[in-house]
Amino acid sequence: MLSGWAILLTSLAYLCLLFAIAYTVDKRADAGQSLIANPYIYTLSIAVYCTSWTFYGSVGRAASSGIDFLPIYLGPTLTFVVWWFVLRKIIRISKAHRITSIADFISSRYGKSTGLSILVTVIAVVGIMPYISLQLKAVSTSFNVLLQYPVVATPPVPAHVPVLADTALLVALVLAAFAILFGTRHIDASEHHEGMVAAIAFESVVKLAAFLAVGIFVTFGLYNGFGDLFAAAQAEPKIVRLLTLDSGAYGQWMTLMLLSMAAIIFLPRQFQVTVVENVDEAHLQKAVWLFPLYLLAINIFVLPIAIGGLLAFPEGLVDADTFVLTLPMAEQQELLALFVFIGGLSAATGMVIVAAIALSTMISNDLVMPGLLRLSWLRLTERGDLTGLLLFIRRGSILLILLLGYGYFRLAGESDALVTIGLVSFAAAAQFAPAIIGGIFWKGGTRNGALAGLGMGFAVWTYTLLLPSFARSGWLPISFIDLGPLGIELLKPQALFGLQEMDSLSHAMFWSMLANIGGFIGFSLSGRQSAIERIQGALFVDVFKHSGTQGGGSRFWRGSATVSDLRALLVRFVGRDRAERALGGYARGRGLNLAKLHEADADLVNFVERLLAGAIGAASARVMVASVAKGEMLRIEEVMEILEETSQVIEYSHGLEQKSRELEATTAQLRAANERLKELDRLKDDFLSTVSHELRTPLTSIRSFSEILFDNPALETAERRRFLTIIVKESERLTRLINQILDLAKMEARRMEWQMEELDPTGVLKEALAATSSLFAERAIKLELKLDDRLPKVHVDRDRLMQVILNLLSNAVKFCHETQGLVVVSAAARDEGLYVSVADNGLGVAAEKRKMIFEKFQQANEALTDRPGGTGLGLAISRQIVEFFGGRIWVESVPGHGAKFSFIIPLNRAAVRQVAE
Amino acid sequence: MNRPGLVGERAIALFIVAFLAFNPPLLSIFSAEVFLFGLPLLYVYLFCAWAGIIALVGLQAAAAARSTRGNR
Repeated sequence: MLSGWAILLTSLAYLCLLFAIAYTVDKRADAGQSLIANPYIYTLSIAVYCTSWTFYGSVGRAASSGIDFLPIYLGPTLTFVVWWFVLRKIIRISKAHRITSIADFISSRYGKSTGLSILVTVIAVVGIMPYISLQLKAVSTSFNVLLQYPVVATPPVPAHVPVLADTALLVALVLAAFAILFGTRHIDASEHHEGMVAAIAFESVVKLAAFLAVGIFVTFGLYNGFGDLFAAAQAEPKIVRLLTLDSGAYGQWMTLMLLSMAAIIFLPRQFQVTVVENVDEAHLQKAVWLFPLYLLAINIFVLPIAIGGLLAFPEGLVDADTFVLTLPMAEQQELLALFVFIGGLSAATGMVIVAAIALSTMISNDLVMPGLLRLSWLRLTERGDLTGLLLFIRRGSILLILLLGYGYFRLAGESDALVTIGLVSFAAAAQFAPAIIGGIFWKGGTRNGALAGLGMGFAVWTYTLLLPSFARSGWLPISFIDLGPLGIELLKPQALFGLQEMDSLSHAMFWSMLANIGGFIGFSLSGRQSAIERIQGALFVDVFKHSGTQGGGSRFWRGSATVSDLRALLVRFVGRDRAERALGGYARGRGLNLAKLHEADADLVNFVERLLAGAIGAASARVMVASVAKGEMLRIEEVMEILEETSQVIEYSHGLEQKSRELEATTAQLRAANERLKELDRLKDDFLSTVSHELRTPLTSIRSFSEILFDNPALETAERRRFLTIIVKESERLTRLINQILDLAKMEARRMEWQMEELDPTGVLKEALAATSSLFAERAIKLELKLDDRLPKVHVDRDRLMQVILNLLSNAVKFCHETQGLVVVSAAARDEGLYVSVADNGLGVAAEKRKMIFEKFQQANEALTDRPGGTGLGLAISRQIVEFFGGRIWVESVPGHGAKFSFIIPLNRAAVRQVAE
Repeated sequence: MNRPGLVGERAIALFIVAFLAFNPPLLSIFSAEVFLFGLPLLYVYLFCAWAGIIALVGLQAAAAARSTRGNR
């Protein structure tokens, strides 16, 4: 019955059943009906931890070293005891940030660093390779053992099997096809593979049932229960030795416990099922005790089966790793043997499928895509639908991973026991522990610290565990282990720097963790964090303080992106249907109409980035969103942080600057005001001194002549008359002066009352000439008149105009030639208006004085100030008046030949019209 | 009973108990060629301790579930 064909067909049928389960669940999930959303399926999927290593290898290890197969299962229990702190936190963070893999998690924590995500991916792929080869080895070995039925013996290792005829290669290819079918049917933004989870859970049931079946068969079929079996064991001294723990094995016991504590979370496949595939955080509350219970159940019969095998077979005939299979075979239990084979197949395929999917996600999201997106000549950021490319990369990497696993199997797999191979992988996964545990509890961890720790730990792991396994398989010279590289004893990979007390695993863990933790802490403490590292650090460590599980912290969006750009981006990576569904859901949730919306708001941009992060990883998503968005994206915390740092400084210097500017302005104003005050003060002083001088002159003469009259009563009448005349004239002059000062002050203060009227200037001129004719006659001055017949009417104050003319006439009389005086008065109509001039033939006015004489109390000839009638205010007043009429006054003079004072008063329209008629 | 932080504190206490129970030197006390009802002592001890720890984790998780539900 157990022919090769029967085994193959059964296996194939089993795989088809798995696929049917996965397919059904996926279809239901697409219809929105999740069949896996319960804690039991979740627990069973975590049980992917139990691989063919557990299924076959535990018995093998128990048969050789007794109870110390157990720490590998006690460790996860310990980790689950503190689920409240560790697992719950990691799951919460991963949901908030849409983490898709362990590489994504670490890179996201340390500022979305692409370098870190690449390093983690490389470590994961290289580290898990031995583990995958272990599964291939287990399946092919068990197949070959079963094929020999009814002979029960370990098949001899053939000297050379051609690659194409190798069972392991066939297994690898079948598993690759299977993983591709399960894991890469489509690109899902949430990276949930419900079908796969269901299939894995089913496999966990099958492997547990198969193992329990063998255990019950051995314990209760071959023996009469545990008591009977252990009683038989007591008879054999070498078996009794297995029932206690040798004190020399304590170190390794603890190492295994610590390793498995890390492995249950940090193996990529465990991270995938426990964290990424988790649909509800509450499921964890059941899984934390159900999963250890599963482990306990699958381990109860390990020791009985090992003892049964040791008692049943002569030493060395059967490999202890195959006892699970060979015991039923030896008892001719064909069906049970086939069931066990299927159980082992379940254990192996489960691990390979999940690991391949997890690793392919990492390779595509964290290794290949960031690389391709950075190659600008590929123009990927501008290309159309990329879902095809993404799927191709994932499928290709699954095939590659399995072929690499097969390569390791061909190279090194035959020389080691299953457990030894598996532990190499465990040690690699444990390298992630410092960066993750440090990252979620310590904000100070930096990108450089993580890079240094991971890099150094990985290097030491390679040197102390991976290379020796190559050496044992003959790929490297065995002297590499025994004598050290190039014969250097201190560098012996299993006794580094002379450390020989430990077993090789503990030795490797000690040195790699020393390098890893030391590098992580050392570089973190000595370096600085960038803003984004600090932000991500705070978001990860304080994940429970930030609101809810939705959204990775609110963000501040600086710049703009259009809705259509974002939609196009989503379509390219997740496909049209999913993109539309996601955007539709988003719009409905907020009552928006995206068709009408042009500019995307910050929320939508973040939403799209998170969706993309699910499909291509956080680092790539950031690059992609940045490619369609103008401007930069900043988390609000980031902004706050930056603000906090700089705003105080800026504010302070800003304040200072403003204050000093204000101060400068005030100073300038004050200085200007001060200057003005000084100027006014000087002007006032000048004015007062001039006025008092001008007033004192007539007062002095009035007083002195009055005193003469008073003191000399006997003065001649003629003399007395002369003096009195002077007194009267000086009084008149004083009155005039005071009137003029008042006039000027009024005019300057614009308080003068003007009685403007339309008048013919001829009358005014004639009146003025008549009024001054006596002056002319008195001094025998010849007057010449040049008046036009018809002068234009002007709009003026009659008295003021008269004042100006009188002023000019009296001035002309005063400054005329002493003996042959001649004054020429002309008036004419010019284009500008009425032109009037008064010319004398006196001394004239020097060029530099021509402007000054129109100022107050300035006279061309200081020597003439004593002359009666000169107040020094006449021209100043005349200028004020003419300017008020809108005209101008000026003087022309040739020194020595007289001066000519002229003024022009512009015409108003009415007057112009009259002249034209 | 529902003091905040109690779930975490109990988890840590349980972790310490479990770690001590599963590791030497406590483990070495039971590592003897003694048989209990015909079963090896170390084997019985480990599985009993394991089952006990699992039961306590279960109780603790149930308490945590109650308290988080109460808080929400």
